[in-house]
Amino acid sequence: MTLSLYVPVASPVHRTPAGLKLGLLAALAVALFLVDGLAVVGGTLAAVLLLGLGAARLPWRSVLAQVRPVWPWLVLLFAFHLVVTDWHTGTVVVLRLLALVAAAAVVTATTRVTELVAVVEWLARPLTVFGVRPARIGLVIAMTLRFVPLVAERAQRIRDAQAARGAERFRFRSLVPLLVQVLRLADTLGEALDARGADAPVPVRRGRAGASTS
Amino acid sequence: MRWGRRSADVAAAADLPRTAIELRDVAHDYGERAVLRDLTLSLAEHRVGVVGANGSGKSTFARLLNGLVVPTAGTVRVDGLDTRTQLREVRRRVGFVFQDPDAQIVHPTVAEDAEFGLTNLGIAPEERARRVDEVLTRYGLAGHRDHPAHLLSGGQKQLLAIAGVLVMEPRRVVFDEPTTLLDLTNTRRIARVIDELEQDVVVVTHHLDLLAGFDRVLVFEDGRVAADGAPAETVRWYVDRMS
Ligand SMILES: Nc1ncnc2c1ncn2[C@@H]1O[C@H](COP(=O)(O)OP(=O)(O)OP(=O)(O)O)[C@@H](O)[C@H]1O
Ligand SMILES: [Mg+2]
Repeated sequence: MTLSLYVPVASPVHRTPAGLKLGLLAALAVALFLVDGLAVVGGTLAAVLLLGLGAARLPWRSVLAQVRPVWPWLVLLFAFHLVVTDWHTGTVVVLRLLALVAAAAVVTATTRVTELVAVVEWLARPLTVFGVRPARIGLVIAMTLRFVPLVAERAQRIRDAQAARGAERFRFRSLVPLLVQVLRLADTLGEALDARGADAPVPVRRGRAGASTS
Repeated sequence: MRWGRRSADVAAAADLPRTAIELRDVAHDYGERAVLRDLTLSLAEHRVGVVGANGSGKSTFARLLNGLVVPTAGTVRVDGLDTRTQLREVRRRVGFVFQDPDAQIVHPTVAEDAEFGLTNLGIAPEERARRVDEVLTRYGLAGHRDHPAHLLSGGQKQLLAIAGVLVMEPRRVVFDEPTTLLDLTNTRRIARVIDELEQDVVVVTHHLDLLAGFDRVLVFEDGRVAADGAPAETVRWYVDRMS
């Protein structure tokens, strides 16, 4: 399992600044909901796919992989519209969402996490007046992307170890070893962040100076 | 047995300023529990090894050296800088590599993680890119720049963790059991990397072979230094003691 969806190839889309891409994505989202012509929405989807698969040279799989989780919802939505409204509206709604998901997929596949995070940090800059540290927000996003797969992997390992000893299904109790592992990981992580200079004004405390950074 | 080519590049190493660490009357306890006692010693050697039984205080000692742990009594100075009051400066001089690479890699992809410490130091983007390229090439990770860090092998992860510390150009690097989670091949690989470092090192380890070419080895026992000297004698003393 990987949350980092970046596909490293060289393309003009990859080189486009992250802020611009995110801005366009937001604009597209708004624009798509303002129009409801089948041709316009369908055309937008085609254009997005052309951009992603053509200009950005993304493999089919990477776009498809991100669309896959929303399929069931789209089918349900279409079925709902068949009953409540008509197939035309249903098609527009589904295509509109597909276009958006595909556009988001293109943005995430062509933009490094660091660049996305830099945009978020830039957007959060006005919040510094309230004492918010934008760099912190960025770090949290990056670390989430890094640790979700890691924790998922550890959980799987624990499940395997329990299965190997005959546990037939997942027990609530297996959360305990996972929790222990995660807490231990978090402890070292706090120290590693300190050791690598993550904390600008370093707090000095007696005892373990690095056990936790808040 | 040796772990690999010992390219003790003495000439190059001599060009770097040596880093001296002084501990004076250091004691540390976690709550009620006294973990280190009466430590007065100075580390000026290029390569210092630390061995000892589980729980003897090695990790606590290692953490003292770059201020991750502040002693409950006494002082620790790195080139005259007190770890209690000049923590930032101390941390710039002394890097730290942990046992579990997973806990040290904080960014989702390889290059981003290598860059992390440089961003924290406030180094300009072009210089960051240059140093990241250099360190990733040196450790054979250049081909994995944009790979998710968690898909690397255990040995590669530890190399990335080391790279992430070395880009910050510390003068001394403290390793706390850097090879404990690795297989034989990767242990050798990391040993070779440590061997080839120009920086001064302190290596805490249970892999005694790692210490063959070291300048000095400390044996910890119950929070004290029980033996201190050249690796051959101290390691032999330690092994006899353990058996
Ligand atoms: N954060 C902590 N809080 C309380 N006690 C601790 C803490 N860290 C370590 N200790 C205790 O301090 C003692 C020394 O621990 P330390 O980790 O320094 O030993 P070590 O020599 O590194 O052992 P190992 O070989 O197992 O890594 C141990 O008894 C340990 O239980
Ligand atoms: Mg230890």
